[in-house]
Amino acid sequence: MNLTLKVWRQKNANSKGELKTYHVKDISPDMSFLEMFDVLNEELLLKGEDPIAFDHDCREGICGMCSMYINGHPHGPEQTTTCQLHMRSFKDGDTIVVEPWRAKAFPVVKDLVVDRSAFDRIIQAGGYISVNTGNAPDANEIPISKEVADAAFNAATCIGCGACVAACKNASAMLFVSAKVAQLSMLPQGQIERKRRVEQMVAKMDEEGFGACTNTGACAAECPKEISLANIAILNREYLIAKATSEYV
Amino acid sequence: MKLDAKIPEGPLAEKWNKHKFNLKLVNPANKRKYEVIVVGTGLAGASAAASLAELGYNVKAFCFQDSPRRAHSIAAQGGINAAKNYQNDGDSVYRLFYDTIKGGDYRAREANVYRLAEVSVNIIDQCVAQGVPFAREYGGLLANRSFGGAQVSRTFYARGQTGQQLLLGAYSAMSRQIAAGKVKMYPRTEMLDLVVHDGKARGIITRNLITGKIERHSAHAVLLCTGGYGNVFFLSTNAMGSNATAAWRAHKKGALFGNPCFTQIHPTCIPVTGDHQSKLTLMSESLRNDGRVWVPKQAGDTRPPYEIPEDERDYFLERKYPSFGNLVPRDVASRNAKYVCDEGRGVGASKLAVYLDFADAIKREGEATIRAKYGNLFDMYEKITGENPYKTPMRIYPAVHYTMGGLWVDYNLMTTIPGLYALGEANFSDHGANRLGASALMQGLADGYFIIPYTLGDYLANIGWNDKISTDHPAFTEAEQAVKHQISTLLSINGKKTVDQFHKELGKIMWDYCGMSRNAEGLKGAKQKIRELREEYWQNVRVGGSNEELNITLEKATRVADFLELSELMVDDALHREESCGGHFREEYQTPDGEALRNDEKFAYVAAWEYKGPNEQAVVHKEDLIFENVKLTQRSYK
Ligand SMILES: Cc1cc2nc3c(=O)[nH]c(=O)nc-3n(C[C@H](O)[C@H](O)[C@H](O)COP(=O)(O)OP(=O)(O)OC[C@H]3O[C@@H](n4cnc5c(N)ncnc54)[C@H](O)[C@@H]3O)c2cc1C
Ligand code: SF4
Ligand code: FES
Repeated sequence: MNLTLKVWRQKNANSKGELKTYHVKDISPDMSFLEMFDVLNEELLLKGEDPIAFDHDCREGICGMCSMYINGHPHGPEQTTTCQLHMRSFKDGDTIVVEPWRAKAFPVVKDLVVDRSAFDRIIQAGGYISVNTGNAPDANEIPISKEVADAAFNAATCIGCGACVAACKNASAMLFVSAKVAQLSMLPQGQIERKRRVEQMVAKMDEEGFGACTNTGACAAECPKEISLANIAILNREYLIAKATSEYV
Repeated sequence: MKLDAKIPEGPLAEKWNKHKFNLKLVNPANKRKYEVIVVGTGLAGASAAASLAELGYNVKAFCFQDSPRRAHSIAAQGGINAAKNYQNDGDSVYRLFYDTIKGGDYRAREANVYRLAEVSVNIIDQCVAQGVPFAREYGGLLANRSFGGAQVSRTFYARGQTGQQLLLGAYSAMSRQIAAGKVKMYPRTEMLDLVVHDGKARGIITRNLITGKIERHSAHAVLLCTGGYGNVFFLSTNAMGSNATAAWRAHKKGALFGNPCFTQIHPTCIPVTGDHQSKLTLMSESLRNDGRVWVPKQAGDTRPPYEIPEDERDYFLERKYPSFGNLVPRDVASRNAKYVCDEGRGVGASKLAVYLDFADAIKREGEATIRAKYGNLFDMYEKITGENPYKTPMRIYPAVHYTMGGLWVDYNLMTTIPGLYALGEANFSDHGANRLGASALMQGLADGYFIIPYTLGDYLANIGWNDKISTDHPAFTEAEQAVKHQISTLLSINGKKTVDQFHKELGKIMWDYCGMSRNAEGLKGAKQKIRELREEYWQNVRVGGSNEELNITLEKATRVADFLELSELMVDDALHREESCGGHFREEYQTPDGEALRNDEKFAYVAAWEYKGPNEQAVVHKEDLIFENVKLTQRSYK
């Protein structure tokens, strides 16, 4: 199939960007969206133009690195990652608009590449259980019911891609933060630091410039890993309890 | 050069404990006087960085992705082994050791493998304490499954996302140390050279992938946790950025490279669909627990699978290997898939695929149970192929997956350059000629959490904290200039072929002649072809852009330059090893029924290669493998 692409080009963080138009031909429906970009980039390179910078690594939907905002949706029309989006989701002759994630806390680095290190800093603020190597008791010492383990897993499956932020009109990071808070608050190992964790992660999230959550649910609707809105409810509850009885922050 | 593996004396089961006692310790108050560089933040790197920082060392950690959480380890699906024997099915440290040695076709060191099995149990404890949500039984205890090549259930898993959950555990431990100021993290930063002075590793040269700035970092020791080199083949299951650069440049600075030709071709991957293909996707081998592998009995049968009656199907693994059936080790499964496709019995449009069929399992256990076990894998398959595996069998074909070869290390994980260590897939150590499923995650975390914290201390205590050079030292200047020179050369060639074109050509040479089966004539031709391609690269590659920006082509160009050199060493190694073992199958050396034929008399050694200069013939050094505890037998899975 033949397609028209309008792609955001921006030389670096300090320059102004614009949408540029490209035409790609003979695209196979079996190609992934990123393979279509590979084809375009090869052409650009041979024509002496600068290939389009975009983030990607695993191309299996698990590393969370790919991040294109396609026709108004983070990761495009399907509920999956950009790398797992295939050209069979488009029609011959389509025009596709591709932009980077847009959020104050995710500044553009170049073209479609943004800086998501704010997510790392939120995890550093408390998204862990403090246990030094070698200090752990036997793994079966504390049984955890299957339901709880499965629920914790469902929250833990977040890949940190940032689509939730890109989808949200307030650029809120609540879904991402709530997934980690929920995972660790459900597990017995996570209890000791439960209050401190939620307070510190939320404080960091605000400090990084993410917006407030107004419960529109766009995040969960676009999340490629189906992280549920219920996690945000858990986060709110955890936060209230922590604040009400806080000794920290 | 005499290779000293530094294997401790004494009975197998006591070696590690005794060794730990004999290692020198760094006084707690002095640990903060030492700096350690950790390159890579996968399971090996993140666990090492976190553990060393907890002990009090100052750690600088590097990765090329935008976040340490995205290292290639994140993609591991199936699980992690540990000799917990929670299932009471006869597992033990000794059995895991034995299975790993045998699975590796007797080309790994007994002492290392035993230690790996020993610390495996601690890994699970550590991960659970970090909040890793492993699968559990209804009673609340940890669940296990059996995995390719094992007759006990010792594999721990988190649905089909075990690597992700383990890596997020290690990443969170490291994040805690970043917050504490003990780890300084450099994402989007690529190591481009190792700095050696006075025979010791002193630091690294890096490129900031956003600004292009070339930087110097000095330390008392350097740990390479940079993963495997499967992307030599262009198409593999590895992440797009996985590369050999760090290990290869260390090799050129004097670190010997162990068993470079030992690559693992994984049997269950989604087949290639066309020239545009950029990578191959693994379907976890755990699927072989319930899926049955088959092709039509008749060559050229083009009927859809549901029209082929039971008695016209060949369940070739079950037929040839009745006791292991679909669970034979990876090399055996892959080779047999190749054989049936070579016979014209392959399926799908390309005819380079075999079926993996779940119909019986769904009938036996119900769709819901199968969905609970493999739901995400089935979804992934459907997204990529547009076919529903609950209804029609999956199509699978082998693909390059893992590299058992890597930098040669001694028992302490130190390379032949003092102060330079290699951990995880980057070293050659524990898997011999073939790695068992779910053992790479185990090895990466064993190296990082439980081995390097002990062995590194011994080295640091011996050298003392004054033994470090400043980044102004001529050794740094020289290394930096070499890096800058290479980059400006690549940028100035401005030829007619893209980096990817060269990479694809290289991959095809390697797949055709140094892939699932190899022979002397093919390998000799491949060596010549690689040399020609390399020569052309340096005259005709087009990179474009400048160094002082985010330049995705330049990143690839430096990596492919190294692949073009490493590939030749792989071919040399494959040519010199005149036997078949594990993933290395030489057509000239096989049993009458087509199984790998080892030659223990001549080849029970590790081939450790020394770099001799550009276009010079590398020289092999041999570390003899001494088996005191297991008897070498012909592997049989019949
Ligand atoms: C699809 C797939 C599924 C798998 N499933 C399993 C499984 O179920 N069980 C199992 O045991 N094993 C599995 N494996 C194998 C296993 O995942 C890997 O062997 C293991 O994760 C490697 O870990 P590592 O820490 O050594 O390296 P990696 O995770 O590859 O990490 C390498 C790190 O090095 C960094 N790096 C590399 N080069 C440079 C450089 N020059 N400069 C700076 N940084 C650099 C990268 O940024 C990254 O952080 C699987 C592999 C694949 C491909
Ligand atoms: S919650 Fe979903 S959308 Fe947000 S970072 Fe995690 S996986 Fe991505
Ligand atoms: S490239 Fe890893 S999730 Fe898309």
